[in-house]
Amino acid sequence: MTFEYAPAPESRSIVDIKAKYGHFIDGKFVAGKNHFATINPATEEVLSQIALGGASDVDKAVAAAQKAYTRTWSKLSGKERGKYLYRIARILQERAREFAVLETLDNGKPIRETRDIDIPLVAAHFFYHAGWADKLDYAGLGKSPQPHGVAGQIIPWNFPLLMLAWKVAPALATGNTVVLKPAETTSLTALLFAQVCQEAELPDGVVNIVTGDGRTGSAIVNHPGIHKIAFTGSTEVGKKIARAIAGTEKKATLELGGKGANVVFDDAPIDEAVEGIVNGIFFNQGHVCCAGSRLILQEGIADEFIEKLKVRMAKIRVGDPLDKNTDLGAINSREQLLKIQELAGVGDSEGAERWSPACTLSDKGFWFAPTIFTGVTQAHRIAREEIFGPILSILTFRTPQEAIEKANNTPFGLSAGVWSEKGSRILWATQQLRAGVVWANTFNKFDPASPFGGYKESGWGREGGKHGLSAYLKEGK
Amino acid sequence: MATTPKKPVARLEVKKTYKLYINGAFPRSESGRVYEILTSKGVSVANPSLASRKDLRDAVVAARAAQSGWAKATAYNRGQILYRIAEMLEGRAEQLATEISLATGVSSKKAHDEVLAAIDRWVWMAGWSDKLSAAFGATNPVSGPYYNFTIPEPQGVIAVAPAESFLAFIDAIAPAIVSGNTVVALVPGSAAIAAMTFAEVLATSDLPAGVVNILTGSHDELAPWAASHMDIDGFDISGISKKKRADLKVAGAENLKRIHHFEGALSPTRIYAFMETKTVWHPIGV
Repeated sequence: MTFEYAPAPESRSIVDIKAKYGHFIDGKFVAGKNHFATINPATEEVLSQIALGGASDVDKAVAAAQKAYTRTWSKLSGKERGKYLYRIARILQERAREFAVLETLDNGKPIRETRDIDIPLVAAHFFYHAGWADKLDYAGLGKSPQPHGVAGQIIPWNFPLLMLAWKVAPALATGNTVVLKPAETTSLTALLFAQVCQEAELPDGVVNIVTGDGRTGSAIVNHPGIHKIAFTGSTEVGKKIARAIAGTEKKATLELGGKGANVVFDDAPIDEAVEGIVNGIFFNQGHVCCAGSRLILQEGIADEFIEKLKVRMAKIRVGDPLDKNTDLGAINSREQLLKIQELAGVGDSEGAERWSPACTLSDKGFWFAPTIFTGVTQAHRIAREEIFGPILSILTFRTPQEAIEKANNTPFGLSAGVWSEKGSRILWATQQLRAGVVWANTFNKFDPASPFGGYKESGWGREGGKHGLSAYLKEGK
Repeated sequence: MATTPKKPVARLEVKKTYKLYINGAFPRSESGRVYEILTSKGVSVANPSLASRKDLRDAVVAARAAQSGWAKATAYNRGQILYRIAEMLEGRAEQLATEISLATGVSSKKAHDEVLAAIDRWVWMAGWSDKLSAAFGATNPVSGPYYNFTIPEPQGVIAVAPAESFLAFIDAIAPAIVSGNTVVALVPGSAAIAAMTFAEVLATSDLPAGVVNILTGSHDELAPWAASHMDIDGFDISGISKKKRADLKVAGAENLKRIHHFEGALSPTRIYAFMETKTVWHPIGV
């Protein structure tokens, strides 16, 4: 007999979405001029109208951030700055469910993830960095390291509020003020965070949020009043930013794309590894820069492993993101869905073999079934390009050296995974892999105390831990 | 070439041909080109090789081939090899001082001081090889049953374009190689002579071939190629004037090269600037 799941939807009554939003500048919500719709990608329902920030909005936000930097925030002791961050962390914990539901509505990711991963990590980031604010002399940057001033922060749509936390918490802890632009398709939780700033009585202008698209982001990057850029997004845009600031004194951290290799040796615990591979690629619909999007399997276990993987994939529940039993939610936008479909089509035409479990997808909203490609070679585009969707490319290897060569054969270097029961082999492989984060016998784990960031074309700098602070500080004496 | 009246001398000095240093060998520039270094009085000192784009590419190939082996050497071993270089340098101090004085016109006292300062800095740098993980690594208390640690690793192949002095050259090379990177040095103008004598020091110091490659000539010619080279991971542009840095950074964005310039005293930050940071997670359990 089989057990059926009854629908278990989380109530959306906890969120109150306004019909229209403006920007958050100098502690106040100000009306925008032009607006665009933000939708629920699971239903295509219009949730609200978001202001399209222009150069004058960015000007005002930067001016407010500069004023707040010189008049209040840089004058405040680290101890007091820290207390504001603790307050914010506590309010985020109190309002966690509201944030989780709102994030799921606007982004399409399952409530199980927003509730259990995104929002708890958001609060943890503020709590962790709150404690740093009055201990910066111990960050390894000499005595009295100094903030840069105004940080311009541009964040992606895959972990909207979490990426805000990764950026805002260290910036504020180190004494910088912020102009932040959320991603075009996922502004709502950032705007709710603005309310939290008000509730925490954060001084006006310390955090400013300007919503909009790439043009708004570009206005922030090119604004002369910005001293430091923090960007998470595509490698393509990262390179544009690097060029845009080449002639300036602006500092930058860039968290960019990846094509993470998950290497499974023949002595790996197979069932655990299958679970880890599924989490590595299907977590957050594969909209993860550090996703384990290439599975590199030792030849002797490949057939058995792929069979078990298929059995496990057939259990993945795709559907209503607000349902507490949902594993795989909606693709964030039509644009992203088209990109995923295009690259999957390229996988077919280049000769790889596609497989997905049977699953019914809603005809409203944006959906893509969990998918694997076998028979993939290193030359295939699906082995080289970041798909940013629930597609796993499977390659095989015979010798450990070959596994490392395949894993490292990419211009990216963000993440990698190793699966083996042998300690010395794990340490050897983690040493050889050219990636900023290596998960061994686990995958997609994050923590504010743990530095995150990439080698090579996956970006510049680290976020999290002691290492992440250095991005926001000038070395002291 | 400046001319002076020729008279026979009791013993004619044997002069050195200054070439490049690539992969542990001393080739001429493939281009066949040289440039002349004159004393302040216009007397010819030497005709160093004027390195070309092709020489740069050859040097990058050598540096890339040597990198994993150099990074794999134990930190203790790298420290000893670097210290050995200081020992060899000490024995060449007089020669280097004479060459610096001749090529740049500074007093021999000043040239001597510069060489001794360079040796002492090199010794200081050698000692960093096995302290970098302690200074720039961490174990991270993540909230879960995971062992989580962060270690610094070398970036790979680093190009350096130091200012036109021996000390600037030493200050650029030492921090790049101590962590396990390999280097392609672009040495400008009059700094070529001491740099090539330094190459002779390297060649007799157990430093594996290809770890340091030295090209002499013009920053204006070579730096743009280094900036756009897709197999160079980092670029120290401390010797490039401010107004020329932006173009190099634009070119370097194509592979998101780590491009830095440094001012002031040598610090371990300069080592870390050309290192990557790796974080490793592993579950804890029985």
